[in-house]
Amino acid sequence: MIAHFPILVIVVLLVAAAIVPLVGRINRTASWLTACAGCLASFLMAVSILSTVLDSGRISYWLGNWAPPFGIEYAYDPLNAFVLVLVSFVAFMVAVYARDSLEKELDPHRITPFYAVYMLFVAGLMGMVATADLFNLYVFLEITSIAGYVLIAVGRKRESLMASFTYLVMGTIAATFVLLGIGYLYMVTGTLNMADLARLLPDLYHSKVVLTAFAFFTVGLTIKIALFPLHNWLPNAYAFAPSVTSTIMAATATKVGAYALIRVMFTVFQPEFEITVVHVTQVLLFLATIAILAGSILAVAQTDIKKMLAYSSIGQIGYIVLGVALMNHLGMIGSIMHILNHALMKGGLFLVVGAIVYRHGFTHIQDFVGLGRKMPFTMAAFTIGALSMIGVPLTVGFVSKWYLALASLDAGMWYFVPVLLISSLITAVYFWRVIDNIYFKKTEKEEPATGIQEAPIGMLVPTFVLALLCIVFGIFASFPISVAEQAATLLLMR
Amino acid sequence: MEIIQSAAPLYAVLVSLLAVVLIGVSGRNPNLRESWTIIAALIKFSIVVSMLPKILDGTIIEYTAFSVMPGLDIAFRVDPLAMFFALTASLLWIVTAFYCIGYMRAGKEKNQTRFYMCFAVALSAAMGIAFSANLFTLFVFYEMLSLCTYPLVAHKQTPEAIKGARRYLFYLLGTSIAFQLAAIFLTYHFAGTLEFAVGGILAGTAPNGVITLIFVLFIAGIAKAGIMPLHIWLPSAMVAPTPVSALLHAVAVVKAGVYTVIKVVLFVFGVDLLKELGLGVVLAYVAAFTIIVASIVALRQDNLKMRLAYSTVSQLSYIVMAVALLTPSAVISSLMGVMIHAFGKITLFFVAGAIYIAAHKTKVSELDGIGKQMPFTMVAFTIGALSMIGVPPAAGFISKWYLAMGAIEANQLAIIVVLMLSTLLNACYFLPIVYQAFFKPVPLGESDKMHEAPAFMVVPLCLTAIGTLVLFLWPELLFNLARLVVASIGL
Repeated sequence: MIAHFPILVIVVLLVAAAIVPLVGRINRTASWLTACAGCLASFLMAVSILSTVLDSGRISYWLGNWAPPFGIEYAYDPLNAFVLVLVSFVAFMVAVYARDSLEKELDPHRITPFYAVYMLFVAGLMGMVATADLFNLYVFLEITSIAGYVLIAVGRKRESLMASFTYLVMGTIAATFVLLGIGYLYMVTGTLNMADLARLLPDLYHSKVVLTAFAFFTVGLTIKIALFPLHNWLPNAYAFAPSVTSTIMAATATKVGAYALIRVMFTVFQPEFEITVVHVTQVLLFLATIAILAGSILAVAQTDIKKMLAYSSIGQIGYIVLGVALMNHLGMIGSIMHILNHALMKGGLFLVVGAIVYRHGFTHIQDFVGLGRKMPFTMAAFTIGALSMIGVPLTVGFVSKWYLALASLDAGMWYFVPVLLISSLITAVYFWRVIDNIYFKKTEKEEPATGIQEAPIGMLVPTFVLALLCIVFGIFASFPISVAEQAATLLLMR
Repeated sequence: MEIIQSAAPLYAVLVSLLAVVLIGVSGRNPNLRESWTIIAALIKFSIVVSMLPKILDGTIIEYTAFSVMPGLDIAFRVDPLAMFFALTASLLWIVTAFYCIGYMRAGKEKNQTRFYMCFAVALSAAMGIAFSANLFTLFVFYEMLSLCTYPLVAHKQTPEAIKGARRYLFYLLGTSIAFQLAAIFLTYHFAGTLEFAVGGILAGTAPNGVITLIFVLFIAGIAKAGIMPLHIWLPSAMVAPTPVSALLHAVAVVKAGVYTVIKVVLFVFGVDLLKELGLGVVLAYVAAFTIIVASIVALRQDNLKMRLAYSTVSQLSYIVMAVALLTPSAVISSLMGVMIHAFGKITLFFVAGAIYIAAHKTKVSELDGIGKQMPFTMVAFTIGALSMIGVPPAAGFISKWYLAMGAIEANQLAIIVVLMLSTLLNACYFLPIVYQAFFKPVPLGESDKMHEAPAFMVVPLCLTAIGTLVLFLWPELLFNLARLVVASIGL
């Protein structure tokens, strides 16, 4: 049984996706329970995989026992086992949270299908992380994208459809680019297995076809992770989707995209390809810098909390890309840590927003006045998330900033340190505006004392778990760092 | 030098954090709530005092709480230098705890539970700064102190209060992220450690230009020390209730700033390195500039708290200037100044609060004849003012005397001129208040009957005023501690 965890971790989600509509005929609670159970099972298996990988090294699983490179291989090293745990954990938390939130935000007959599509979405992400086969990666990319369009479009707002459509167009272009890249590589190498490609490609590094393939991969994946200036689809998609969708997309989808980018850049292609053949890192560093600054500045200009968080995500993606493009050990650790950190922080923050929508139905920052009194626990979680985003020490946000700054100095590119610090300051500005409204601004007219109107416990607990993890991993960061360190060593080997 | 492991510094930090919880849950019962504050303050002070004998014997107490990530530990180290700040903050917290009760209740302030909670967090942060063993720990508590004092400054929640508090946070958090954190990154990159060490950790690790840059970043990043032009936050913070101005913006926060400067100067750069690069002298002159300009600005303030705030800016720079001179007497002056100024300035702020509560006056021009109405308060004010000016028998004289000696040792005669000029200015902005209070008649329509603030306020301010005199008469403890510091850094 344990030997088959590498595939079951995904299959269980797909099976759950199929069962959800069936049990949905009983009632909506049953489908919710099935979704939660599927995510939990997947999470537990992912944890088991991670501990095996940390104990005894790389796991290679051959689908149907067909040996690679002919069959499809699922391979786990510290990097993807780590991301796998992260994605399944956040997916579980969001699934638990979804019940109350969806009842409020969706039409009743859409809730059961939502869970089914949600499971597909998560399965797609997990598959992208798990697979060691490029074409398989594309298949899962499409599964998760298509599920994503649905999850956005299902929102009640009129704008949801338009946001979903924009994302569909951009996402399709991205997926097509990735597919083209895969095709080109297959054309010259005749293989789709990542390890096999890594073996064959170095001789072909100067082939025009390989260069073109790499270009397609880079552009396609940077659309998926919404790296500035290819970010246009993201703000509306996050802002007009149901809260559950915004959370899972912000916390996991872009992270998995970043993971795929790292895989392509460092496993399929090798670091010296980026160093000696195409100087893509220069471009990525430039774009990352602009993303960090532009994302933060645009976030300041927002009046809607979801849009603000969305633009902030665009900036945070810049951090991840920055660490990757620095091409050194510390930078890679910083990036991997930021994948974890941003999932926790942004996931927690979007869950808070969902709770506000549940209780009060508004997302305008100016309406937040007095929320500190009405929803003290939820707002405490928001404050923790905000401090972490600013990068206050003893929160996770500080950990990745620390590594990224040291990596910049290590690479001799000191000018990224001010970029990081300025962006922290801007982050402080836009979050402090919200915190001022929540706690310190007074309402203009005296409202009748309404007392505490907290979100239901089912929403509060997942929100708090994510917020507390921001602190736990900020104080005891050694474990994730040691995993990230192993991953970075493997990626930058030779 | 003997080093022992003990968790006492950790407990000193945690005791007020525990109090935060207790204060939070007993918000409905004010008497119980305030007694938690007082109990925590007493325990904290006794923990600090319990470490004092060992420290005076030349022992150093160390404790590593936990490791955040490789190279970054939360670790504590109690040495004679730490004692100056820890003793000052923990002793004055007890006094302020009583004063708060008088002020907050008489003023019928809202949100008192939040107020006391944040206050307790601030004291934890101050202890953490005092006992920090490395730059990272110091930075953690430094940021904690900035953040937890924000609700205190914004306490009234009026638009002005929020505006002032925002500016306060913008300066403190902004400079610490933009400059101090950058300096810490660079320090770690070049030195490979953030541990405070006698003789500094940066010597010989980086080119001189880079070390100069790091020094500038540190000084700019420690805005809590109030060196111009990054002092604006301090006047802005005067929108806070007076106990906050008294303990935090005359003692804990600003002393955290100068204490950080002292630590960075002595234990990150080291005396020799700064002498070699000539950076100490530069810092001394920047501080001298601040002293003079802040004093001149203080002259023009009619609001009593604003006048005190600018006086604080100027007095803080005495401490910075003293340590920057890098001579034995100057360092002694700097260390003693931390405590001496705290006693004097907290008295003055207490008085400002008492006048506000008893007579509802905030302006200097309204204080005619107030000495007749509030004799105890105004006598305490006079003692505090004398300490600021540096006149015996108030303790301010001691630190000024050693500062002058230090300037002579360093051959910086211009500093002595600055000292004289600023003493004159101090007298100009404090003595008229004393004159008005005691020698001008009470304005028409006001009775000259005695009308003091509640005893909870008057007794604390008398105690701190007496403390100022005691420090002048029996300064042995401070001397011994200061000599230990000077000996340990090899001056």
